[in-house]
Amino acid sequence: MRIRVVKVFLAFLFTLIFGGSVLCGSTAMAQLPSSPQTDRIAALEKRADENATAIAAAQTAGDNGWMLVSAALVLMMSGPGLALFYGGLVRKKNMLGTMMQTFAMMAVITILWAILTYSLAFSSGNAFIGGLHNMFLHGVGLAPDPAYAATIPLQTFMVYQMMFAIITPALITGAFAERMKFSAMLVYLTLWSIIIYSPMAHMVWGKGGLLNATAGGRFACLDFAGGTVVHVTSGVSALVTALYLGKRIGYPKVPMPPHSVVLSFVGACMLWVGWFGFNAGSALSAGTLATSAFVATQFGAAAAVIGWTVAEWIRQGKPSALGAISGAVAGLVAITPAAGFVSPMSAIWIGLIAGVFCYLMVVKVKSWFGYDDSLDAFGVHGAGGTLGALLTGIFANSAINPIFGAGKATGLLEGNWRLLLHQAFGVGLAWTISIVGTLIILFIVDKTIGLRVSEEDERIGLDLSQHGEEGYDWAH
Amino acid sequence: MQKIEAVIQPSKLDAVKDALVEIGAEGMTITEARGHGRQKGHTEFYRGREYSVDLLPKVKLELVVKDELLDKAITAITTAARTGTIGDGKIFISKIDDAIRIRNDERGEFAL
Repeated sequence: MRIRVVKVFLAFLFTLIFGGSVLCGSTAMAQLPSSPQTDRIAALEKRADENATAIAAAQTAGDNGWMLVSAALVLMMSGPGLALFYGGLVRKKNMLGTMMQTFAMMAVITILWAILTYSLAFSSGNAFIGGLHNMFLHGVGLAPDPAYAATIPLQTFMVYQMMFAIITPALITGAFAERMKFSAMLVYLTLWSIIIYSPMAHMVWGKGGLLNATAGGRFACLDFAGGTVVHVTSGVSALVTALYLGKRIGYPKVPMPPHSVVLSFVGACMLWVGWFGFNAGSALSAGTLATSAFVATQFGAAAAVIGWTVAEWIRQGKPSALGAISGAVAGLVAITPAAGFVSPMSAIWIGLIAGVFCYLMVVKVKSWFGYDDSLDAFGVHGAGGTLGALLTGIFANSAINPIFGAGKATGLLEGNWRLLLHQAFGVGLAWTISIVGTLIILFIVDKTIGLRVSEEDERIGLDLSQHGEEGYDWAH
Repeated sequence: MQKIEAVIQPSKLDAVKDALVEIGAEGMTITEARGHGRQKGHTEFYRGREYSVDLLPKVKLELVVKDELLDKAITAITTAARTGTIGDGKIFISKIDDAIRIRNDERGEFAL
């Protein structure tokens, strides 16, 4: 404010001085008599400019620091967070195989993102997909792109988004655990990232995206950190994959309990902590919005632990560790689209509802239909993400984030019922794209390479059959 | 020479080992095992699925003793391992044809 006043004053002074000298017939500053006043004004102006630069640099330093840390946190969610969480849930003979599926995404999607999918997601194109002019990260330098984040280098934005692109296909692996060929998985998830993730990310977050609430999309949907883009797409694709591939040999008669709830526990805690990068980092700055998202994330997770645990305690008689950590993940999934839009108390409600809802999805609905979604990717991510998107439509509040303009009602409880319709539309679109796209890709990969491991390979286990290794060697 | 195979509760391992060392048994092999006799198992729950677990954790001791030490060894084990409830375990005795010390080829009772 003060800087502005000084600038206006200086501008006024210069106008007088220059205007005066023009009227008197003189043309340049050189003709002005050098006096202590003009020297001081020049010095002040120079300092004002330097201050403005320093302030911008300070802003960038704060925001960029947080964003780089957030990117690292989200990567940690994949490795080892998800790798351990999923790994502990499978049988011993498949531990390495399961972890390798997530780890492969960390490597492959990184390169794919640079070569193609960043451009498809975030360069300008049409309402459904971006263009190709950012391929090979062309034009993605250290200067900010104000369309996305004005205070951080575009490369920071790119690398942050990359971590989302990595974990999303990794989530799907939970549905086809213990029975997909490593080679087929690589091809399948690469195609999935191009055909399903990139367009979805573009529609919700990209310039001109159909569902983009911040950039004038036709059907503005609120998805703060990727409830729809990440969890609905991966969860629904997971269900499709589980149905297409069929059940594991022996399922459901042969007992297949987790071989290490201990490792899953460690993974789940890493997911929880990492999720602060996922949600609070989606503020794309280190300001108060990041705080809102951070706080909402914590409350959503904790409330969901309680929701799932209480439901399980009542229904089964004992609160299990696996249930508690599953509840946490369910809550984190549900709060993901809502994080930067809801109050802390609303976050608690969202978490509680999600905990109970996902618990029932996993223990009741799954057995009704009998599909083998081995690690409940659909039950937790698909269902939790869908629920979260709809609850965002209910609980979003302009007091937390005036996304539609200052004072304009955002969610249902604030008086705007239209948002809920848009949320449903966005979710419906994600479901559709995921189902259709995944079926096509699965069909193609299956007919060319073959998706499922042979019966013998499935019995020996993925560690040996796909990777020639044993996760646990008792003989040494 | 007689071989003693004893399947006992894992919580009794230390007591049994100490008792055997006390009566002069000089070596034994201990393995983690799972099994059951008349003991029923229990159910575990993972994500809503019920699993009946009837392979319970046990410890198996194997040792070979001179004939004169056999009765003492059996008594040592039963006294240390007994709780009085189902699941205490079992002891099996068999005759050993020979024993060889790998280090120096000693045979028979000298190898024990």
